[in-house]
Amino acid sequence: MEILEKIAAQLQQGEEEEVAALTQRAIDAQIEPKQILDQGLIGGMNVVGELFRDHEIFLPEVLLAAKAMHAGLDRLKPLLEAADVPSRGKVILGTVQGDLHDIGKNLVGIMLRGAGFEVIDLGNDVSPERFVQAAKENDAAVIGMSALLTTTMPVMKQVITLLTEAGLGSRVRTIIGGAPVSGDFAQQIGADAYAYDGANAVEQIKALTV
Amino acid sequence: MSELLARLRGGATLLADGAMGTLLIARGLPPGEPPESFNLEHPDLLAEIAHLYREAGADIVHTNTFGGSPLKLAMYGLEDQAAEINRRAVAAARQGAGAQAIVSGSVGPSGCTLQPYGDAEPDALYASFRAQIAALLDAGVDAVTIETMTDLNEASLAIRASRDLSGTLPILATMTFDETPRGFYTIMGTSVADAVSGLGAAGADAVGSNCGNGIAKMVAIAREMREIAEQPLIIQSNAGLPEIEGERTVYRETPDLMAAQAQELLELGVSIIGGCCGTTPDHIRALRRIIDTMAR
Repeated sequence: MEILEKIAAQLQQGEEEEVAALTQRAIDAQIEPKQILDQGLIGGMNVVGELFRDHEIFLPEVLLAAKAMHAGLDRLKPLLEAADVPSRGKVILGTVQGDLHDIGKNLVGIMLRGAGFEVIDLGNDVSPERFVQAAKENDAAVIGMSALLTTTMPVMKQVITLLTEAGLGSRVRTIIGGAPVSGDFAQQIGADAYAYDGANAVEQIKALTV
Repeated sequence: MSELLARLRGGATLLADGAMGTLLIARGLPPGEPPESFNLEHPDLLAEIAHLYREAGADIVHTNTFGGSPLKLAMYGLEDQAAEINRRAVAAARQGAGAQAIVSGSVGPSGCTLQPYGDAEPDALYASFRAQIAALLDAGVDAVTIETMTDLNEASLAIRASRDLSGTLPILATMTFDETPRGFYTIMGTSVADAVSGLGAAGADAVGSNCGNGIAKMVAIAREMREIAEQPLIIQSNAGLPEIEGERTVYRETPDLMAAQAQELLELGVSIIGGCCGTTPDHIRALRRIIDTMAR
């Protein structure tokens, strides 16, 4: 559908107001909210993710696209909620204790919400206790942890240890991400998955929650 | 002209110090604590580190103020103590390195993202940098090093704040690049050429690169800079990329490996060579040897 392609294209350009207006037009044209989301907003954001991964664009473009995606999501949200699109599950998200870097984590949050997950974002500098507590209270399916600093990566392992001690090790799956983190490190600390970017995080979490 | 600039323009090669954070962690800085908290609690350790680097042969030592701008300190609730944190760091570095050393005030990114892609107002970043640099100047730094920048606009605000405070303070400015299929860019999209011209236009006296992915990549960046830069160049490299061993962070590049590659930096006429994350007094000692050998 032409308008959905336009939404995706404007989102890639970071055109916040255009994306909001086009999303509204699509809503007014009675296009299914889920379709606007998947083909318009997420479709556009996936392209942005790929371009960033391939170094074709840089962080400013990604941040502007994320703002545009938010603008579109704001229009869609009431409709998605009213349509009662079933939630894919709850994901607890946070940057680990001692680490204040949240750009990557925020992008993952946007992509997950777009993909139909309910995201509980604990922000940055999140202690292991808070991760586990939030997972327990919300009956979450997944804990997603982010770190940019090598010095804070060990906190990820503490979260997993605490989760196991709380008896939630088998029920709550864990996924990690961030510049210094790797698949090897995930395996080393017993995390269930590692994601290298936002789009990959969505794929991985979908796989963890089937 | 300051003595530092006179030496640089006269063709001198100066050696800067190595990592601060790496040494602070070895001295008990807990994960997640801001390194600047040591300025108030353990200035003696900062003096010790400055002394170790000086003893290893560094001409320039940096203050422990990388995250010392009020905006960055606010993330830890320490913004009210910004002036004191910066002053103490200068005093400790001076005490440890001695009167003859060049003490340069380290100024890192604000931790905020500028408009329009982020939410931070340029005026707020400028004011924050200005407050930090005013405190550094007040405490007697010989220069400032604006470093690990990825956004040219942010780096330019810090440079302008320095220049507005003092017409003569030497300003050293470095950015951090990643290698992409199209060449070296910062994560915010600044190319090496744009960095050289932009940092210069903002008023930096010497330009270059720090942190990064190891010394070999730094040589490639320096080569690119040399072709276009009229200013003296600075290169302060990591000892490779951090790797995780158990729960420890390790950097693989040894002092000898780094010194061997630094030879090429000297051949390119890089004016200031030093270390960044993962480098130790041993790395600086090895660099001293290579600089002295080449000078003969």
